[in-house]
Amino acid sequence: MTTTSSWSRALTQISPYTFASIGIAISIGVSVLGAAWGIYITGSSLIGAAIKAPRITSKNLISVIFCEAVAIYGVIVAIILQTKLESVPSSQINEPESLRAGYAIFASGIIVGFANLVCGLCVGIIGSSCALSDAQNSSLFVKILVIEIFGSALGLFGVIVSIIMSSQATWPAKSG
Amino acid sequence: MYGFEAMTFNIHGGYLEAIVRGYRSGLLTAADYNNLCQCETLEDIKMHLSATEYGPYLQNEPSPLHTTTIVEKCTLKLVDEYKHMLCQATEPLSTFLEYITYGHMIDNVVLIVTGTLHERDVQELLEKCHPLGMFESIASLAVAQNMRELYRLVLVDTPLAPYFSECITSEDLDDMNIEIMRNTLYKAYLEDFYQFCKKLGGATAEIMCDLLAFEADRRAVNITINSIGTELTRDDRRKLYSNFGLLYPYGHEELAVCEDFDQVRAVLEKYPPYQSIFSKLSYGESQMLDKAFYEEEVKRLCLAFEQQFHYAVFFAYIRLREQEIRNLMWVSECVAQNQKSRVHDSVVFIF
Repeated sequence: MTTTSSWSRALTQISPYTFASIGIAISIGVSVLGAAWGIYITGSSLIGAAIKAPRITSKNLISVIFCEAVAIYGVIVAIILQTKLESVPSSQINEPESLRAGYAIFASGIIVGFANLVCGLCVGIIGSSCALSDAQNSSLFVKILVIEIFGSALGLFGVIVSIIMSSQATWPAKSG
Repeated sequence: MYGFEAMTFNIHGGYLEAIVRGYRSGLLTAADYNNLCQCETLEDIKMHLSATEYGPYLQNEPSPLHTTTIVEKCTLKLVDEYKHMLCQATEPLSTFLEYITYGHMIDNVVLIVTGTLHERDVQELLEKCHPLGMFESIASLAVAQNMRELYRLVLVDTPLAPYFSECITSEDLDDMNIEIMRNTLYKAYLEDFYQFCKKLGGATAEIMCDLLAFEADRRAVNITINSIGTELTRDDRRKLYSNFGLLYPYGHEELAVCEDFDQVRAVLEKYPPYQSIFSKLSYGESQMLDKAFYEEEVKRLCLAFEQQFHYAVFFAYIRLREQEIRNLMWVSECVAQNQKSRVHDSVVFIF
């Protein structure tokens, strides 16, 4: 395996730090992308609907906050993941345990990043409908808010799984 | 990309869509209409309307009110809203909004040409034109003697130019010709609008194509009923039907040979969506057909608001507002002429 040039060789020879760093970058970057996407979908509808029904603005900020929470999940997980990065001597960098740690952080980052991307979109679209329907009939607000809470919970699933997964990331002991 | 408009629609359309939904909530409700129907004088109508969104427009009107003033002011409100939306719109929504006005442009052209033919004053005619269908050179329409001149002098610079390709003749204008011109233009316009909406894709295409198909079918039925007993031949009649819609193509073949109202009815009753319209009418009764079609249209337009992230709400809103203005015109005419018993004949409740 070490002599041929193949994908499996590439995946074992690339430094686990590379994967770990990409994972951290994805976790925050893609989460923020999802949150921003959701906020503009909600925000543009909210501004338009508030012209005829100004009473909706403060209530519907909740939708924007839900989207914002998605970005905060990304920040939290990125911070947790980067605390998992430990320096190991270069002789041990390609050991299976190092590789496992690198991939665990990478996977955690991807999980939380994409879970938050779709969660942000989902909350954003519901938030936009929420603003429009609240402007027409204020009794709909609470009902749609419940849907929005369920949408927002999707991102939390990603966070939970990625935190559990990142606990797998242990690097080889320095003494070895 | 059907189903994914939700992700990108709001970049350009979100703000305006929310605004148009806000406008929609200002439409008169059944309670408003009930109040309006109770009115004894036009002053009462003004008072009732001052509590609605029409208030600021009617506020400073001096006291002997006329029906035309009320209608004019209400139309002014629609035009103001339309202009506001057009200012805010980006492509392709701005093109879509412009398409909505072409129908009025056609009506205005026909109005001016017919008026000139009957030697009416151009200024007087211009006042009667729908403000949404105005264009710069509209006054010079009066000088044209035949279709070719009409096209060459005036219409070549307007968006209507492409629709003229089928009706350029050197014949002198007369009432029959003008009516055929109106319907040919309208046919070309509807087909063009239909293609445009189809190109937009997604929910816009789905809903707009449905609404336009209904419009096309309604026109086909009206053309048939109006041409019964005239010298229009079957083939000519067939040529005026738009090439889409629920009735296309088999229904058109059958409509083309209809010779009285009951035959039209028999053709349309084969189509389930239109069956319900005709079930409200008794046999041989064609006067109430317009109202039945308007009611069906309003129902369909209201349904357009049930979906989000598409352009049909703009079309639906402008159409509903126009229906509301027609209602107000009818109510105020009835009140002005002391015909209150007929007030319900032509009012179409929107909600």
